[in-house]
Amino acid sequence: MNSDLSPRVRVALYGLLCVLAIPFVFPTWWMVTSSVKPISDIFAFPPDIIPRTVDWSTYSEVFRLQPFAQQYWNSCYIAAIVTVGTMALSSLAGYAFARIRFPGANLLFMVVLMGLLIPSEVTIVPLFQMFLAWDMINTHWPLILIPIFGAPSVFATFVMRQFFIALPVELEEAARVDGLGRFKIFWTIALPLARPALAAVAIFTFLHSWNLYLEPIVFLTTPANFTLPQALTQFVDVYQGPMWNIQLAAATLTALPVLVVFIFAQRQFIEGLAHTGLKG
Amino acid sequence: MSLATQQEREPRRGRSFWTMQRREALSGYLFIAPQMAGIVTFVLVPLGLVLWYSVHEWNVLAGTFRFTGDANYRKLLSDPALPEVLTATGLFSIGLVVMNLSLALLLAVLVNQKLRGITAFRTIFFSPVVVSLVAWTIVWGFLLQANGGINGLLQVVGIEGPNWLRTPTTAMLSVIVVQVFKNVGLNMVLFLAALQGVPRELYEAARVDGASRFKQFRRITLPLISPTILLTTIITIVGSLQVFAQIAVLTQGGPGVSTTVLVYYLYQQAFQFHRFGYGATISILLFVIVAVLTFAQWQMRRRIVFYEQ
Repeated sequence: MNSDLSPRVRVALYGLLCVLAIPFVFPTWWMVTSSVKPISDIFAFPPDIIPRTVDWSTYSEVFRLQPFAQQYWNSCYIAAIVTVGTMALSSLAGYAFARIRFPGANLLFMVVLMGLLIPSEVTIVPLFQMFLAWDMINTHWPLILIPIFGAPSVFATFVMRQFFIALPVELEEAARVDGLGRFKIFWTIALPLARPALAAVAIFTFLHSWNLYLEPIVFLTTPANFTLPQALTQFVDVYQGPMWNIQLAAATLTALPVLVVFIFAQRQFIEGLAHTGLKG
Repeated sequence: MSLATQQEREPRRGRSFWTMQRREALSGYLFIAPQMAGIVTFVLVPLGLVLWYSVHEWNVLAGTFRFTGDANYRKLLSDPALPEVLTATGLFSIGLVVMNLSLALLLAVLVNQKLRGITAFRTIFFSPVVVSLVAWTIVWGFLLQANGGINGLLQVVGIEGPNWLRTPTTAMLSVIVVQVFKNVGLNMVLFLAALQGVPRELYEAARVDGASRFKQFRRITLPLISPTILLTTIITIVGSLQVFAQIAVLTQGGPGVSTTVLVYYLYQQAFQFHRFGYGATISILLFVIVAVLTFAQWQMRRRIVFYEQ
């Protein structure tokens, strides 16, 4: 708000920021460091902020106890398909609702918005029955089809529509005078301009798919088909107690790559999310 | 999808039928067709089925499926667990919204200051958003164990911490706090964008008039960012009703039913006790709550939001 801060205020602000940063940074630090602690040190008192002994064997245990590489691949390819599929569907529908005049457009848009009111948690029981009838239980189809076609993509469509509405129409009008078809205009003119909105949709959609938990535990039954969130909870001993250091090693492998990508691209991430669609 | 070629292939129909408007309308329908088909198949039909199931008694294990009218609804209303489940749901949602929005606003105001290295703090506050939800929850579950990191650090300074996840009040508090830190960065960024959209001249004018910083914030900043506050409130409340993974990993709804929110109760009834009909009835309740809340907030927009973009 104000750029003319006195040195004393500056110091106070830095102090406040550092204290507030603790609950955001410490869990990640604790996850990474505890993942290399032997089980005997995991609940040591006083807590070892820096591990006393480093034991990398937890990481080989992750791959020995679960088909973890397979599960990693499952999460990655499902998130990739869902992201691309959602981008395609939501940009097409968002563009049509923003730009093309057709009878019933308002009514159909209301139907689309109803999807926002009906999260997939509400319909999980019939969805389970539908995929059972289609013989798709313990396959990845529900995890792909529900997010692309169901409620989660509605939000993406809304974001895309808001973006296209705000986009100046003149470029497209010129192309229309030249006799270009709607799809050509969309594909060659509007879509390239929508890159920031698409990036925001891609980030949201990827994270949503990556974090999906209810659907996997409802639809998947064999470890080789599990996705990462579900796999992380499977590192338990015979008494169902968590094997903490191994669980944390698997959690580190899950969280760190995305975190690293984010840190390098944080500007695009944050600004993309902040300045797209959501502002209205 | 070139409509021009399609038109040339059917010369007998004549150019007159495919007028500009008709071609335009057809392309509109084609553009929205995949999304509409998806919404019908994966949202509207299932919603109809939820209603249909909710008037049946359906036990998968026993293989029974028979029409029982409003029996499930009467059962739900007299379910001794329902008041506690609704209380847990309400506590979680209210606690989450209040803590999330106030912290998000505080963080947004802080990272909006002109300070060296402020981007680093912005990155830090946002970073949990990109950390895998279950990974984040597992770490917090580990930290919140009776002999875990948080109690260990508390003991170093001489405080005996509670068994966070095994005591009803602290369990609820823990679940809320874990979720707040996970996603507060998102609302922070939305607030930050709104703060940066407030014209600077307004503050300068207020300063000339001798208004204090607090007064500037209350009289200028808050009214001007109220559309964003409303938007984030809606997103956060609706999101809070969908919370599942955190509960399943941290507390499994316990101790007792103190953290059993509606979605978790629905999951237990339908997929652990195989009561699909009753599960569908709980789904209807969840749907009604989400719909009423969204509608109420949409109405409130007219009253409280001072400034619309």
